[in-house]
Amino acid sequence: MERVPILKLGDILIVSIQIDLQDMSVLALQEDLSERVVATGARGVIIDITAVEIVDSFIGRMLATIAAISRMLDAETIVVGMRPAVAITLVELGLSLGGVRTALNLEKGVALLNQIENQTPTATW
Amino acid sequence: MTTAEELPINVNGDVVLVRQRVRTVAVNVGLSLVDQTKVVTAASELARNALVYAGGGQVRVEVVHNGVRQGLRMTFSDNGPGIPDIEQALTDGWTTGNGLGLGLSGSRRLVDEFALESTPGEGTLITVTKWAR
Amino acid sequence: MSVHTDAGRRRIEELLQEHEGRVLKRWLEIAVSSTSNQVDRGGLADQLRELYQSLRQSFGSSGDLSDLRGLLAELSRDRARQGFTPTETAVVVFGLKEALYETVEEDGSPDALRGFIWFSRVIDDLGLFTVESYATAREKIIIDQAEQLLELSTPVVKLWDGIVAVPLVGTLDSARTQVVMEKLLQTLVDTGSEHAVIDITGVPAVDTEVAQHLLKTVVAARLMGAECVISGIRPQIAHTIVTLGIEFGDIVTKATLADALAHTLRASGVRVVKGGESRIAVRTVEA
Repeated sequence: MERVPILKLGDILIVSIQIDLQDMSVLALQEDLSERVVATGARGVIIDITAVEIVDSFIGRMLATIAAISRMLDAETIVVGMRPAVAITLVELGLSLGGVRTALNLEKGVALLNQIENQTPTATW
Repeated sequence: MTTAEELPINVNGDVVLVRQRVRTVAVNVGLSLVDQTKVVTAASELARNALVYAGGGQVRVEVVHNGVRQGLRMTFSDNGPGIPDIEQALTDGWTTGNGLGLGLSGSRRLVDEFALESTPGEGTLITVTKWAR
Repeated sequence: MSVHTDAGRRRIEELLQEHEGRVLKRWLEIAVSSTSNQVDRGGLADQLRELYQSLRQSFGSSGDLSDLRGLLAELSRDRARQGFTPTETAVVVFGLKEALYETVEEDGSPDALRGFIWFSRVIDDLGLFTVESYATAREKIIIDQAEQLLELSTPVVKLWDGIVAVPLVGTLDSARTQVVMEKLLQTLVDTGSEHAVIDITGVPAVDTEVAQHLLKTVVAARLMGAECVISGIRPQIAHTIVTLGIEFGDIVTKATLADALAHTLRASGVRVVKGGESRIAVRTVEA
């Protein structure tokens, strides 16, 4: 089984999925991520699925679960780079990633995290 | 001019192999990118169902013709416990496992033709077809 | 096959060889007169000669018709493309019967007449094959044209940095809506646009399926990290959507394309203000 690497950039964890995910890898990633969030005190997790050709209900559920767990650990999850065909298929499948924030690409994902950070009550503008 | 092949679904990694094989055939048949993605996703759902609920099975992947249209047909078969209430099983959110209950109902929406036969105690046969536009 | 038929068949082959020039000439006359379309006489003569040779060859090689069928399929394709009717296409083949019959009648021998019945059956089969090829070719042309039409009718335009729009015009069917929507989503990725406007001012009516496609597109765009606004919903369409019980939920809808643009500009942090000399000044609020 292949493991998906998790990169750390400042206080953000970045996961870029480059393999055809089998269910075991998905479960392993879920565990690895929550451990790393706690260990690093990260405030954000970005999951890049630009290279992912399909998201079925299992992978979709994994994304939602990761987001929910991270939120409990005080980190926001952003899924970036979903392909149009994948998005259309997910909608047809009837799967909403409820609660998962999304951005078009990695850059916009990072910007979204910063924006969320700035929306704390003390921030002024 | 029908090409068909049987793929086993016995271990976790087989689901990935089924997906990859279905993708190749979908490309050859001339499905659009979105339709390829839909049919591969359906294959993934149904293959996982066979693995999780029936402990394994097999899928037959073939190219079918209807006049000048080409299509891809997948026939999943297993010798598992079968489905007692098919209508209920095709409802969104119904599940006996710990899934989301979108495998069957969702897959049906992703393909053009969907047929399900099941005998409790003997197994399940699911045939789905996706036609090129 | 009986001895009589064999003899008849041989006689027909002989006649086809002996009177080749005459039969071919007559065949061409029949073929030309059978159509109201303008035909290229020289081209048709070449085609008929080729068919004639191939037919004789196939009789010689114990009835292998594959070459001949190839030629006929080509003829049917050409004719389908040039707008001939199926009848006009098939008559070309059937014309050979009439052309040969005159020669057979002159010959008058029982063998020739018996052979002609056999020959007639062969031509009937070939004629049916021609009609079938014609239908297949026609279907292919229709599919190709439908595809070309779909490609023509899908412009996605950039309104502003990060804002794209699709102005939909004309009747939407399910297939066209799907193509437009896929193109819109792909454009979002390619241009990194976080906002899209789907303008349906030019759409006279929508049915359930089309409304569902619009809805699914908005949801799919959200999954990708972009927001869609639907503008230009006519009263009748709003009525249809509500009557059909389609839930538009929290999707933003605006009366006009201008309202939608103003909304998306605001959402993407661009402020539009009127300048002193009614010039428009634009200021970006955030980077």
